[in-house]
Amino acid sequence: MSCLYHPFMSVTVLLFAAYADALGTSSLRLDLDEGATVTQLVGHLRERAGAHALPPRPLVAVNERYARADHPLRAGDTVAIIPPVAGG
Amino acid sequence: MIQYAALVRHPIDASALIERVSRPANGAVLLFIGVVRDVNDGRAVSGMEYSAYESMAARELAEIASEAAQRFGVSDIAIEHRLGELALEEASVGIAVAHPHRGPAYEASRWVIEELKHRVPIWKREHYADGTRVWVDPTGKPATVTP
Repeated sequence: MSCLYHPFMSVTVLLFAAYADALGTSSLRLDLDEGATVTQLVGHLRERAGAHALPPRPLVAVNERYARADHPLRAGDTVAIIPPVAGG
Repeated sequence: MIQYAALVRHPIDASALIERVSRPANGAVLLFIGVVRDVNDGRAVSGMEYSAYESMAARELAEIASEAAQRFGVSDIAIEHRLGELALEEASVGIAVAHPHRGPAYEASRWVIEELKHRVPIWKREHYADGTRVWVDPTGKPATVTP
């Protein structure tokens, strides 16, 4: 039975500044395998038009906290892809 | 004890920031104002546009204020960062720090602006005299040109 059971989860992705311009949106939902990591999410994003603007390892925040590439995601998480910050 | 941090869409009032941190015990009040300048990397800049991941940026700013208070023993600190479209010479950021003595105030002020530039999710797009606009990437070359 386990081969028929393929759990997945939905997360919200936020894009800003140059990344939002390149991918043509500031927010989208992605369905990922349960337990997918930040790196796997970024991999899904790379399939979209305009994703060439993303660097090899973009800065990411999960639920408003900076997160490592191997951070495991949970259903309902908000994942922000953070362009190089330029405040001040 | 004041630890105030905010993103604002109105002009930054330097006097109001100073007032927030002033009290009889503080013999030193330091104000840093970051201003939109007219040239960057040799290009004539006509204006600047700031945007942010607002909920996270507000929290990071508040944490920086709190960390500065602990790290430098500064009890009174007020930070504002402006969002939206700014003209030349307008203030994009204001940092007021007060302490009984000047040493910790100077150190805390410098630390706060460097931390802000390092970790607060705020972005700016420069508007040039020739009509183009570019998102500023402090880590390298500008990434996107929008006519």
